Amino acid sequence: MARPARVTFLERRTYRRRRLADLARLMPVIGLVLLLVPLLWQEGPGGMPTSRAIYWIFGVWVGLVAVTAWLASRRLESELDTQGTPRPLPEGEREGRR
Amino acid sequence: MASLNLLIGVCLGYVAILFLVAFGAERAAMRGRGHWLRSPVVYTLSLSIYCTAWTFYGAVGYAARSGLEYLTIYIGPSLVMVGWLWAVRKIVRIGRTQRITSVADLISSRYGKSNLLAVFVTVLAVIGTTPYIALQLQSVVESFASFALADPDVSPKGESALTALWVAAGLAFFTVLFGTRNLDANERHHGVVMAIALEAVVKLVALVAVGVFVVWGIGGGLSETMARIDASRLGHWQMANGRWAGLIFLSAAALFCLPRMFQVLVVENDDESHLRTAAWAFPAYLMLMSLFVVPIAVTGLELMPEGSNPDLFVLTVPLAAGQEGLAMLSFLGGFSSATSMVIVASIALSTMVSNHVVMPIWLRATGGGAAISGDVRHVVLLARRLSIVGVLLLGYLYYRISGGGEALAAIGLISFSGVAQFLPALLGGIFWRGATRIGAFAGLAMGSALWFWCLFLPSFGPDVIPREVMATGPFGLTWLRPYALFGISGLDPLVHGVFWSMVFNAGAFALVSVFTFPSPMERLQGAQFVNVFAHSDAPQGWQGGAAQAEDLMIMAQRILGAQDAQALFQDEARRQGLPGYLPEPTAEFLQRLERELSGSVGAATAHAMVGQIVGGASVSVEELMAVADETAQIMEYSSQLEAKSEELSRTARQLRAANEKLTQISVQKDAFLSQISHELRTPMTSIRAFSEILRDTEGLSLEDRGRYASIILEEAMRLTRLLDDLLDLSVLENGQVTLNQRRALLSSVLDQAVRAALQEGGIEVRRDALAEAVEVETDVDRLAQVFINLIANARKYCDAARPVLTIAVARRDGTLIVDFSDNGSGVETDMQAMIFEKFSRIGHHQAGGAGLGLAICREVMARLGGSIAYLPGQGGAAFRVTLPESRAMAAQ
Repeated sequence: MARPARVTFLERRTYRRRRLADLARLMPVIGLVLLLVPLLWQEGPGGMPTSRAIYWIFGVWVGLVAVTAWLASRRLESELDTQGTPRPLPEGEREGRR
Repeated sequence: MASLNLLIGVCLGYVAILFLVAFGAERAAMRGRGHWLRSPVVYTLSLSIYCTAWTFYGAVGYAARSGLEYLTIYIGPSLVMVGWLWAVRKIVRIGRTQRITSVADLISSRYGKSNLLAVFVTVLAVIGTTPYIALQLQSVVESFASFALADPDVSPKGESALTALWVAAGLAFFTVLFGTRNLDANERHHGVVMAIALEAVVKLVALVAVGVFVVWGIGGGLSETMARIDASRLGHWQMANGRWAGLIFLSAAALFCLPRMFQVLVVENDDESHLRTAAWAFPAYLMLMSLFVVPIAVTGLELMPEGSNPDLFVLTVPLAAGQEGLAMLSFLGGFSSATSMVIVASIALSTMVSNHVVMPIWLRATGGGAAISGDVRHVVLLARRLSIVGVLLLGYLYYRISGGGEALAAIGLISFSGVAQFLPALLGGIFWRGATRIGAFAGLAMGSALWFWCLFLPSFGPDVIPREVMATGPFGLTWLRPYALFGISGLDPLVHGVFWSMVFNAGAFALVSVFTFPSPMERLQGAQFVNVFAHSDAPQGWQGGAAQAEDLMIMAQRILGAQDAQALFQDEARRQGLPGYLPEPTAEFLQRLERELSGSVGAATAHAMVGQIVGGASVSVEELMAVADETAQIMEYSSQLEAKSEELSRTARQLRAANEKLTQISVQKDAFLSQISHELRTPMTSIRAFSEILRDTEGLSLEDRGRYASIILEEAMRLTRLLDDLLDLSVLENGQVTLNQRRALLSSVLDQAVRAALQEGGIEVRRDALAEAVEVETDVDRLAQVFINLIANARKYCDAARPVLTIAVARRDGTLIVDFSDNGSGVETDMQAMIFEKFSRIGHHQAGGAGLGLAICREVMARLGGSIAYLPGQGGAAFRVTLPESRAMAAQ
């Protein structure tokens, strides 16, 4: 019974990695949308206070850096080069799964 | 009070440390211990040359004037790096596989290695970068000046120009020393990169230190500082129309297009995996660099007197607060920002200028170019060094002529928008195979022309473009007003210029690309660039072998150096399985050589140099067709070979069968020889014995004598018969037989044969009288001989209890067929092929024959134009005699 379970598991892992690679490529778009939010703010006196603007922009920035660092550590670019062909997990991932 | 002399001392000490670091890194790299020089952290830090003095000093000034707008300059590159999987990784991969040396080289390589395009890009890059270098010199001079202002002993008047000159000269010296150590741009500048990484740390630490001092030292904490920010005149969000989005776009484009950024991002990249770290670490660096800008600006606006330059708040605020050490650190940070930018920018520009402008001109000027002897490396290095000095001199002159000041500060974004004109050709080139050289040209020309008119020329003020032109357009053409093209006014001038230049640039690029046709070289390069991940392989290059390996060797030695060139050639020769240093100039080798050379002199020049020696253009459509044709021919040839090999194996099978038969025959011959000697000896022995008896024995009775004499006669006749058979066969085989043609009824021939063969009976013969009523015209005696032989064989060999021989006659397909089949056990399968051979006997019957009968039959039938064959599967031995129809006519 162990073998088929393992295969299913691998496929699910590969699928998950593919979707994470999609997310990695989506990151600049997400970042751009969030950082274009200031276009909606009211300008001039009585508008958005600068301190809140700083919190928003730098908050988004930190978030982008953190998520990108997490995604980059997954070495997802290997998924993009071989899109469409099934391939085994990288050595490290496989070791961890045993 | 801070003394200017102390500052100069610290500054010189810092420069000395930079030299030492660069020197140490070069030495470590040379000894092969430099792997730590190439960590992803160093790579990320080297990217920080994006943050120039314009950032270090200018961002605070920018914030003091326009609030949070300065952030756009850092958000753009951050987003590009966060999306590294899209474009950055692809450009880096292309740069590494194609040995790209600069942004001009990339564009020129992509569009069929066009040098004209490279020159265009180079000129635009120089125009865009020169003011930027001037800006850096200005920042160093002004930071010196602000220290001098604080030092009562020194009078700074008239010193600024001299300071700028010294700084420019020092930078030129450093850059020439560490930036042109090796020729191959792909052999990274370890010393320079290491020094830049150090400077990156210094400027970050300096800016963060000032920021921390301002927030917690002066401001009294985070929340208080935030409250003061909200209370200041920067307290509310303000943004000119479209600038927020427009500037994010512009700064994102600048990350690829700025020559210095391309240099550190692509050319100096040592390992693609470093991007994984840079993807988040570089945005984090930019974020930290911009974090404390607003607090510093607000504090500066509060503390400093009205009218003081906000660009220098980073320096003047600590000075005003009496923090001399911090001010010194801040000065070093600014100095670092300025110098690192100038160094890398001048390396990048000098590579472009020497590869795309100086070298092609030099090659053309020296006539034969690559074929002349002498070391080209000196020329290239000299060109590069002169280019560095030239670029810095240009920056210095620009600084002197423009006179510094506010006008210069505004040039930063205009510089960005100038190099951003490369973006459509660059991104189009790596994502769209349909992009053509003419399209790239059209886009660049349109974009840069509009940039010149709308942004660059107006930046010089009314001296260059008079006020009335700005207001009413040239020659009264109002739709050509620089800040209101096509009558659309009210836009921010920068957004307006960027919008129109990019729209026309991208539009012309796309449309012209669609309606023009790329050359084969462009199409090949396009496929290589766009599908770089599918095949990170050599680009298609040279065909034909007219090139002389020795000429190539001479040229390569002059560019790569004798040692490297020889190693390369020897390696290639070994790979081709040749001894010595000269490999065959195969297309593959020429590609490899060209790529190696392009690392030193750029793709277009390398292509031209190899082209000079190889002779003729590289790949034309005709050559491609020829290659395709050749392939077709090879395929046809291989299919022919396949057919041939099949034929060969068929022949081999036949030969094997023949050989088997021969061996069997040989065995049989041996057996027969012993048999025939036995056959001959037996009668000879009895003849001898009985003749001796007749001669020597006295008193033999007459009866005995008669008996003995008849034995001798019988034996002699047996011998004669045997010899007759042998003679007959040899006559038949030699074709010496004369046929005695006459007509006869087949039935009468058979009658005669049965009568002759079965004098003593022994086998029952079944015949079909009706079918036999056929007239034949042939040698009747010979035919009868065949029939006799077959009938006699049946009588001799048929081992049935009641032997029966059936003679069947039939006419089929123009032939007359006579079958003789008995009801015995027949002939074994493996013997069937042998029975018609001479001397062959069936089984071990002691039936007296010499094994010549069937052989004679076969020869006779062949002479008569017919044949005889064994007919298997008839339930016994069966022979089929075939006669041609022309010789057989039905009896009337």
